[in-house]
Amino acid sequence: MAVEMLSFIDRKSPIHQLTGATKLVCFLLWSFAAMLTYDTRILVLLFIASLLIFKISKIKVREIAFILILILTFLLINNIAIYVFAPQQGVAIYGTKHILLQLVGNYDVTAEQLFYHLNITLKYFVVIPAALLFIVTTNPSEFASSLNRIGVSYRIAYAVSIALRYIPDIQRDYRTIALAQQARGVDLSRKEKLPTRIKNAASIVLPLIFSSLDRIEIISNVMDLRGFGKNKKRTWYRNRPFQKGDYIAISLLLLLLIISLVVTFYDGNRFYNPFV
Amino acid sequence: MGKPIIEFENFGFKYRSQVNPTLYDINLTIEEGEKVLIVGPSGSGKSTLAHCLNGLAPNSYKGDITGSLKIKGESVATQDVFERSKLVGTVLQDPDSQFIGLTVGEDIAFSLENDCTSQANMLDRVEEVSHMVDMEGYLDSSIHQLSGGQRQRVALGGVMVDDVDILLFDEPLANLDPATGKHAISLIDRIKKETNKTVVIIEHRLEDILYRTVDRIIVVNEGRIVKDATPNQLLATSVLDDNSIREPLYIKALKYAGCEITPEIQPENINSIQLYSCKNQLVEWFESVNFDANSKHVEPGLELKNVSFSYQSDQEIISNVSFSISKGEMVSIVGKNGAGKSTLSKLICGFEKPSAGKILLGGEEITNNTIKERASKIGMVMQNPNHMISKHLIFDEVAFGLKLNGITEDEIKERVEKTLKLCGLHPFRNWPISALSFGQKKRVTIASILVMEPEVLILDEPTAGQDFRHYTEIMEFLIELNHLGVTIIMITHDMHLMLEYTPRAIVIANGEKIADDTAVNILTDEVIISKANLKETSLFELAIRAGFKNPREFVQRFIDYDREVRRTWQ
Repeated sequence: MAVEMLSFIDRKSPIHQLTGATKLVCFLLWSFAAMLTYDTRILVLLFIASLLIFKISKIKVREIAFILILILTFLLINNIAIYVFAPQQGVAIYGTKHILLQLVGNYDVTAEQLFYHLNITLKYFVVIPAALLFIVTTNPSEFASSLNRIGVSYRIAYAVSIALRYIPDIQRDYRTIALAQQARGVDLSRKEKLPTRIKNAASIVLPLIFSSLDRIEIISNVMDLRGFGKNKKRTWYRNRPFQKGDYIAISLLLLLLIISLVVTFYDGNRFYNPFV
Repeated sequence: MGKPIIEFENFGFKYRSQVNPTLYDINLTIEEGEKVLIVGPSGSGKSTLAHCLNGLAPNSYKGDITGSLKIKGESVATQDVFERSKLVGTVLQDPDSQFIGLTVGEDIAFSLENDCTSQANMLDRVEEVSHMVDMEGYLDSSIHQLSGGQRQRVALGGVMVDDVDILLFDEPLANLDPATGKHAISLIDRIKKETNKTVVIIEHRLEDILYRTVDRIIVVNEGRIVKDATPNQLLATSVLDDNSIREPLYIKALKYAGCEITPEIQPENINSIQLYSCKNQLVEWFESVNFDANSKHVEPGLELKNVSFSYQSDQEIISNVSFSISKGEMVSIVGKNGAGKSTLSKLICGFEKPSAGKILLGGEEITNNTIKERASKIGMVMQNPNHMISKHLIFDEVAFGLKLNGITEDEIKERVEKTLKLCGLHPFRNWPISALSFGQKKRVTIASILVMEPEVLILDEPTAGQDFRHYTEIMEFLIELNHLGVTIIMITHDMHLMLEYTPRAIVIANGEKIADDTAVNILTDEVIISKANLKETSLFELAIRAGFKNPREFVQRFIDYDREVRRTWQ
């Protein structure tokens, strides 16, 4: 059947039991921590912690493998791009130059540059599992209400959550349309030349847009008819009150953020420098 | 006499984007606790009337109102859609796309959430409503896992939760299989009796709605009310026929037999109608109609041999299905929602690969052929034309498939023109597709497949959303194609269609073939009807009530005769 990416995976785990709002707050704190620091020790610590949290959530790597590979591909491209455009960035940051391999021009491989790349890769590895976990362990029903709870307008929150919800539907439409067009001779395989393939893809995108517009018209009518947007506020049927676990989780994450900030900026530099 | 709850007075409505009004001089009063059916062909203005009632017009669909509309005695000209939704609850026609919540409970609660109801009250109220619509115990179920009938009940629950005075149903039977449609009608009837709400139903499947009594039927055509009468009065006139709305089949049969239909014989339901002298007239008519049992030559067309299919290791969706359809046959595939009909058509087109079994076309095995290889011989027309149309102009759309297959410009032009003529679209060939009606778009999609000259044409619900006139047009057109030698397979929920146009039907239930027989035999077989969620035909009932010894033959003769008559008025 269809591979549904990034959809909610229901399990019984302590992570699932946290309310959506808690998970969102934790995810934001976690991201701050990971974004602000370049301290390798902190990053390694966070990385190990994220593996642990992943284990606790009972989500299997296989279930998010597709999206994971996609992101790792981007990571690779990112690393290559950094090396191509700023091969001596590491030297600039750490202030020393240990050449490991002589190459033409400015492209000497230095220990500093490799260390810098390691840090960037670690950052990815710290943030990605957390982001994926947040998405696949948050019941979509709670998604809008948790955004709303941290202060996002409920209209925007609902728009985001509906958009996420329709991803599987649109994937289904896409498949139906692609099949219908292939049956008329549209070739999307590598046998065609690239310009033709792009043109052919347009023959799928256009019907997809039209059928999505239909869907939007119906859903916005339904929402109007049932009073969405009438008041400044709204309540949530699926709201869950905060429990002990939620407070504990948020406190732990706050602590983590503070520690990481203190350690990172203690010596006045975001970078941990092993070279001096 | 009750209190009037809805009063249209000299009411008219013109969409901002259109030159002429869609509704003129509507004068209609509906009383509290009444159950009213509004019928009319496509484009008659019946949907616009519904939009005016629930406030989508002029709030979402902009336009100008003339005259007045009062609900509960108060003018509602300045009401917004939110206030109106507290008076009129609307259940839309498509049970799939009208859900906002992910689970049953959430969806029912949606309107309460918007009213800032406290969570505790909300839980109670949702629980209460779920009992009303028989969905208790499903509150945490995901809507995607429900059957079509259950979804409709959830949709109803979602509007009942507001305790509205008026329930408006916009084509409640669309997309439901026949048996589920029957349940839906019973449920609406029960809710109406229990709560004494005013019910307004918009639907063109008249016979199915009349399965339970309605107080009045309003016939709308060309933006005006043509008739406002009780069902018994209405059926005694020729108004339905004149306005391209299908009469119940038993009424049609009685009219053919020359029986006079009067309000006194209570024609509104096959069980209430008094036949009296009609019995003899029916017998006379039956004997006067020729019955030609023409046997066709048989050449191998499409064959399925022990075909099974499952997604990965899940349970089988199609198990061990075999059948053979001869060249030039016209066959329908029927069964309940989710029985595996669509999967079967995907297997035939090569969209999916069978896990076991063989598929043959013209005696040659095509099981391993690709979609593209099969596409030159098997054409598939999807239910939703918007899933197929990718060009701006009709000509380009129809030419698209040929262009992709590298056919010369001259030949493309010739073949497209020929096909457009055949489909009655030639005068519009340089029109943008967006200017066409739903029915015409459907024709464009049929044309765009037909131009490839397939041997087999598969159509998924070819007549969904079409009124009686367009329905007849499309079907007669398919018959013509069929006479040209194209094998036609239709996947449908429409029992009339199956009975009238396809001599043979294949019934699928839970992925298995449970019957393969003449349409008449199937629709008169109680066991198959209940297994596959079909619905018996009222003609059969009529034949029994009129005392025919061989009611099946009566049904068959009616069908043959009726088709002949309709071909002439087309």
